[in-house]
Amino acid sequence: MSDPSTSAPGGVPVAPAGRPAVSSVSVPAPAAAAPSTDVALQLNGLSKRFGDKVAVDSLSLSVPTGSFYGLVGPNGAGKTTTLSMATGLLRPDAGQSLIHGVDMWREALKAKALVGNLSDGVKLFDRLTGEQLVTYNGLLFGLDRTEVAERVGDLLKLLDLESAAGTLVVDYSAGMTKKIALACALVHAPSLLVLDEPFESVDPVSAANIRDILTGYVQNGGTVIVSSHVMDLVQRMCDHVAVVAHGRVLVAGTVDEVRGGSTLEDRFVELVGGRTHAEGPEWLRRS
Amino acid sequence: MVAALVRLRFLVLRNSLKRSPWQLVAVIIGAIYGVGILALAVAGLIALGFAPVELASTIVILAGSALILGWIVVPLVAFGIEQTLDPARLVVFPLSMRQLMLGLTLTGILGVPGIVTSIAVLATVATWIREPLAAVAALVTGVIAVLICVIGSRTMAALSTSLQSNRRFREIGGILIFIPLILIGPVIAGISRGVAASAEGLPDIARALSWSPLGAPWSVPADIAIGDWLPALAKFAIALATLALLLVVWRRSLAVALVTPRASSAKRVARGKTGLFGVLPASPAGAVAARSLTYWRRDPRYARQLIIVPLVPVLLWFYSNNTEIPWLVNLTGPLIAYFLALAIYADISYDGTAFATHVADGVRGIDDRIGRVTALAVIAVPLVLLGTIIPVAFTGAWGDLPMLLGLSAGALLGGFGVVSVSSALIIVPVPQAGDNPFKSAPGAGFTTALVGFAAWGVSLALLIPAALLAVLSLVFSSALFGWLTLLVGVVLGAVFLIVGLRIGAAQFERRAPDILTRLKSLRGAA
Repeated sequence: MSDPSTSAPGGVPVAPAGRPAVSSVSVPAPAAAAPSTDVALQLNGLSKRFGDKVAVDSLSLSVPTGSFYGLVGPNGAGKTTTLSMATGLLRPDAGQSLIHGVDMWREALKAKALVGNLSDGVKLFDRLTGEQLVTYNGLLFGLDRTEVAERVGDLLKLLDLESAAGTLVVDYSAGMTKKIALACALVHAPSLLVLDEPFESVDPVSAANIRDILTGYVQNGGTVIVSSHVMDLVQRMCDHVAVVAHGRVLVAGTVDEVRGGSTLEDRFVELVGGRTHAEGPEWLRRS
Repeated sequence: MVAALVRLRFLVLRNSLKRSPWQLVAVIIGAIYGVGILALAVAGLIALGFAPVELASTIVILAGSALILGWIVVPLVAFGIEQTLDPARLVVFPLSMRQLMLGLTLTGILGVPGIVTSIAVLATVATWIREPLAAVAALVTGVIAVLICVIGSRTMAALSTSLQSNRRFREIGGILIFIPLILIGPVIAGISRGVAASAEGLPDIARALSWSPLGAPWSVPADIAIGDWLPALAKFAIALATLALLLVVWRRSLAVALVTPRASSAKRVARGKTGLFGVLPASPAGAVAARSLTYWRRDPRYARQLIIVPLVPVLLWFYSNNTEIPWLVNLTGPLIAYFLALAIYADISYDGTAFATHVADGVRGIDDRIGRVTALAVIAVPLVLLGTIIPVAFTGAWGDLPMLLGLSAGALLGGFGVVSVSSALIIVPVPQAGDNPFKSAPGAGFTTALVGFAAWGVSLALLIPAALLAVLSLVFSSALFGWLTLLVGVVLGAVFLIVGLRIGAAQFERRAPDILTRLKSLRGAA
């Protein structure tokens, strides 16, 4: 099964297994064994076209282990498509995705065990209660029952979902659904978290809590990659950022390198373009 | 504004047709069918013009009452069929209640059922053409009747919105409609026998109905035709009062519906209760089984498949009575086994994009396959055993029990094998979770049926060895062949199951991301 082309330094990492989610410290930590390479996520020439439209155009990206990586871009830039291909949800036309050196599209099961994934635009098994849903994900990753119960309890508390634990996910609000999806992504203590729009429709308090969780997770050696539209948030939260447009990486590096003196938002607009300075049509200004 | 609503109605219809050529084909076939029935109805109504007044009025009143009843009942059972102009979606526009009601009424009349109804009602003018006064009355009451149909249906829809806001009710309501649909054969047989026996009672029924809101508008011209002016006037008043009452109720319920958002039923259990996840083995396969079983309980699209269980014995009993072969009832178990096993032939389709969880979590194919089949087995095995043994206890055909058990086992296990493969291969458009199960997903129908028949066919073919032995045991009344059926049914069934699980697992692992892509594209269509 092992593939010579996955020439990652440091050999093949071990799947994260039964280490408890950090005693009673409120921040989950990635399982210890996993990160053994310097690059947590390596995308090489990923491409995807839908009909005539090129969604992702030979995109390459390197996410260092232990980084908090922001992926920003305008609507339709290919962020979701890229992350779907990186996490094994969408078959790329070309290119590869290496998770700590494990090729996602050659050793899918091994690679997926290393990733916690929150994808945008897919449903959850929403006829389960929140607690059942997270338990389900934990069991699917092969955790044992007591381990799962403990972690589910921690996560529900951490995300302020305890009172909604017994409610069907279909009856959750949009923000609560995001939070429970995040819990599902965290439950197996992955070494790489891939979060597509994790802050969408989440209230400010929960967003701050989630940010703390993610920051703590990174400090414990985990790697996070988030896609977002909110530049301000990315600038404050992330240490690395890549700006994507038309399926390509325009610029990537540490946040300070990318923004170079100005704010990330200004730099983003400058890179992507399309900002108009009109005041809107005349009839709209009258009311 | 009202004109804009009407235009919107047709725009939506046109766009939904443009999206899929298959849907266009379905609509054309439906239109041909509808036009045919309409032509028959119109021809019949014109022909009634030459029939005795008594006969004509009886038929017009009965058919008319059925028409109004149909218009009113359909929105009760068929939630979510016509949502183009759901009042809840129009709430953001500055429409006065009068504009809204006028717009909804017009779009109701200008929809396909409205147009068909209007033409048929117009044809009743021809029925009374020999009595010019009655014909004029038929035109006036015809308009009232169409309005009663449309507004009655809208009223029911608005009233049920408050019930619909309860998700549970919406889901159960959608299932209930399947029972009459499946029983329609026996019911029609029974009714036509009853009607034949009591044809002379029909005029009395019609006379009684003519005083009710259902029949009143239709009987006004009939009464005028025979010169009964006073009853005609009274019935005209009843019809008008019905319409007025409907308008008042509709206005009220619409006003309520517009300000009451769909509330959630807020079903909840205590913290720490993970239900079946705490009962079944804590392994990926066990978790998949627990998830599937939970869905069998909570998702009406699954629960609906269980309707087959009571229906099989009822239908068999019906046919065994008709054919006077009581032994047929003994086939209950094998038939339930056959149908239940195939219930999940496109299981992943029902997951929708939630299937992404299985892809992202790297669930092994074999775990997914075993989990889904186990969930079904937990439900199906006891039902099939009961369905096999109880009829035998009634008919006393104990000698045939091994053979019947063999058939049941063969059908169930073989079917499990088939669905293990088919549900990894086949993605069909299905109603989304929470939708009305009655609502067929766009693009469903033809391909879905074809694929379903393929799974049924393969499953039937796998049953041939056991079925042959069963026939031999019946022909020769041989206990030996009966036991052989049992042996072959179980052993061969188990082999098919294992082979099916293996092939299905391999297919699953190879195709999981592609299955997800297909599910996503379908979600766009639903």
